[in-house]
Amino acid sequence: MLQTIIPLSRLPNGAAGRVASLSARGLIRRHLLDLGLVTGARVEAIRRSPAGDPAAFNIKGALIALRNEDADRILIAID
Amino acid sequence: MESTSQLFGLNPLPDQLVVALAGNPNTGKSTVFNALTGLNQHTGNWPGKTVLRAEGSFMHRDKKILLVDLPGTYSLLATSADEQTARDFICLGRPQATVVVADATCLERNLNLALQVMEISSRVVVCVNLMDEARRRGIRVDVEALSSELGAPCIATAARDGLGLDKLKDAILDMAAGITDTSPRQVSYEPHVEQAAAQLEARIRPFLPGWANCRWVALRLLEGDSGIIRAICSSLDDDSEKVFLKEGAAAWAR
Amino acid sequence: MGTLNPTHTSFLSGIDQEITPQEKQEMRDSIVGSIYSCAEAIAERVINHEQNYKSELDRKIDNVVTSRLLGIPIMLALLGAVLWLTVTGANYPSQALAALLFRIQDQLTTLFTLAGAPAWLHGVLVLGMYRGLAWVVSVMLPPMAIFFPLFTLLEDLGYLPRVAFNLDRCFKKACAHGKQALTMCMGFGCNAAGVISCRIIESPRERLIAILTNNFVPCNGRFPTLITLSMIFMGGLAASAYGAAAATAVVVSLVLVGVMITLLISWLLSKTILKGVPSFFTLELPPYRKPKVGSILIRSLLDRTIFVLGRAVMVAAPAGAVTWILANIYIGDMSVIAHLAGWLDPFGRLLGLDGIILMAFILGLPANEIVLPIMIMSYLSSGTMLELDSLHALRALLADNGWTWLTALCMMLFSLLHYPCGTTILTIYKETKSIKWTVLSVLMPLGTAILITLIAAQLASLF
Ligand SMILES: Nc1nc2c(ncn2[C@@H]2O[C@H](COP(=O)(O)OP(=O)(O)O)[C@@H](O)[C@H]2O)c(=O)[nH]1
Ligand SMILES: [Mg+2]
Repeated sequence: MLQTIIPLSRLPNGAAGRVASLSARGLIRRHLLDLGLVTGARVEAIRRSPAGDPAAFNIKGALIALRNEDADRILIAID
Repeated sequence: MESTSQLFGLNPLPDQLVVALAGNPNTGKSTVFNALTGLNQHTGNWPGKTVLRAEGSFMHRDKKILLVDLPGTYSLLATSADEQTARDFICLGRPQATVVVADATCLERNLNLALQVMEISSRVVVCVNLMDEARRRGIRVDVEALSSELGAPCIATAARDGLGLDKLKDAILDMAAGITDTSPRQVSYEPHVEQAAAQLEARIRPFLPGWANCRWVALRLLEGDSGIIRAICSSLDDDSEKVFLKEGAAAWAR
Repeated sequence: MGTLNPTHTSFLSGIDQEITPQEKQEMRDSIVGSIYSCAEAIAERVINHEQNYKSELDRKIDNVVTSRLLGIPIMLALLGAVLWLTVTGANYPSQALAALLFRIQDQLTTLFTLAGAPAWLHGVLVLGMYRGLAWVVSVMLPPMAIFFPLFTLLEDLGYLPRVAFNLDRCFKKACAHGKQALTMCMGFGCNAAGVISCRIIESPRERLIAILTNNFVPCNGRFPTLITLSMIFMGGLAASAYGAAAATAVVVSLVLVGVMITLLISWLLSKTILKGVPSFFTLELPPYRKPKVGSILIRSLLDRTIFVLGRAVMVAAPAGAVTWILANIYIGDMSVIAHLAGWLDPFGRLLGLDGIILMAFILGLPANEIVLPIMIMSYLSSGTMLELDSLHALRALLADNGWTWLTALCMMLFSLLHYPCGTTILTIYKETKSIKWTVLSVLMPLGTAILITLIAAQLASLF
């Protein structure tokens, strides 16, 4: 089956996918990993803030808000 | 050996056991802390959401315990100043026991931290809090099974309603006093990581006398966690400096 | 002994340099992945989901409080509600407390007279220290006893992170960190606490911005000033429901001015001395939890109210004594206070204030809560001694000294912006460990305050 890979920032509310890879480097990468964004982790987009950015995602049971440019650096394979 | 806790501005009484309270944010650490210490607490900073740390004391079975409430962290590989406080205290403050407060409603995320703490210290008690909330959501946590999986005592609590706290106190005291035998679960890494860690461990061991967990330091070196390495170094350098000063003082006395 | 070991630092950092960044990154990915899969495996074995629960209620609440349409209005409404409850609720107990404390003052005076104590002793201890204390307690205690539990309630419910979520876009535009909104919320309680809470911001640049601008949210020491003045001059003494609403609206607008100035200054700092792009930002939106009202009451009263009040009292007592002494030492035919005030007066007038007000701000540096009491004591010392047991009396006193609504507005603006209190300045120094930033944290707000009040006063005088 062919999987679509998109940046997390483009995941529409209510949709879910799995982390394919992180393109972030350095400290940001560490921080994202610590939040549970390891390869294969399931992520669901839950809501967007009034201005559309940041957006909140369900990552391993916690609701975590990320700004668009950070979410851009997380690549998601959509189920 | 003098207690490293003093480096962190703590002044435990001689007969007081120092216990740290760690956990992810919003797992109820402060609620547990308040429930255990009651009004016997002192906050160095603004109370409320824990920013610095708060300390408080309580008595259990005639033993005095000094409890330290740390800021919430997702992992020990901290990035903000406030997470560093927590990490440095667990790593370098050498409390007699560390309680990891975990949220029963999203255990996996919380076990991530618990496993990391257990890599550093074998004296860990896991407090599986928010059990009432978990039950409400139809999540059942088998705490017995969790205890044997982790090789550390796990206590179910609902801190807001004061449930399970007596058991928690028992477990904390037994752990801090060294009564409990523990064999904390160690994460097994991929073979190439394990191999590299073992090699590095052998290299650094002679240079870290008295440091119990060289494997852990080796792993941090491998992944380049410069913050924690710096913290370890400065505490070690402090220690050797202290030894040096003490020897000097002794020489003068003679 | 005698061997010179290389320090651990150089040994470990030597090893650190042997490993390339690429290797480190791979190691780390693998290590974190292993820990998480171990956690996942354990969780799978010990957890049994009986039903597929979705936190419906949480989602519904979030749908409303972070919605495009209602998110911001709800935030304002909550702020307004908290302040309105504080304003209306504090009014009566404040007056009762003042009446009680000033009755005690009379009894103390009788006692001193009976004991044949010298007049200056009675002056310093009763008219200076005790009266300063009585003012601080009666003005501050009731609003705090209402404001703090309400605020703690919002905090405990889990609402504050939603505020940060809603406002992050503004902070991003200002090149600042979204969590700055949380540190500002803490600043409502106490700016020193707000400054400490900036530790939750990872990036040093953005943390510094948050520290330097925290002063622009009115802390609890300044809220009573804002509330009292807006009740007197904008709310018609808040006697009617309409008055209370007007007073609340004024205070809410002032808070908004503070927020806008915060954003503006943050942006300016980012474009000048603290150049940089926004760093990454993550914020957990915790589940809503039913708070335990009893413990909120106890904790917010014990920890916060008593804490802040205690601090105010410690500063107010000596400040009251100093003020009384300054008001009663004469150089020529004028008291020291009158000299000082006279000297500051021309500048004060430019800003829509007067010399006494400026002097009160200067003497009030140790703690903002004593600015109003010092000002009142100074006015009293130069006029007839009246019993100040109500807002009416205060209004009469201020009007006697030439106050108009413009004076009140300028004073409120100045109070909102001026400079952090002594404790906060000390905290800023401790947190930044830099004299330079500490000095800037004083001068920058001071400049802002002077500029804004100057503009307000001069604009108003045109009409
Ligand atoms: N239902 C429930 N709520 C709890 C429990 N323990 C804590 N809470 C609530 O969880 C929220 C966060 O608790 P807090 O102690 O501040 O968490 P901390 O961030 O880990 O210090 C508060 O609203 C508490 O009232 C519990 O056992 N059950
Ligand atoms: Mg806490």
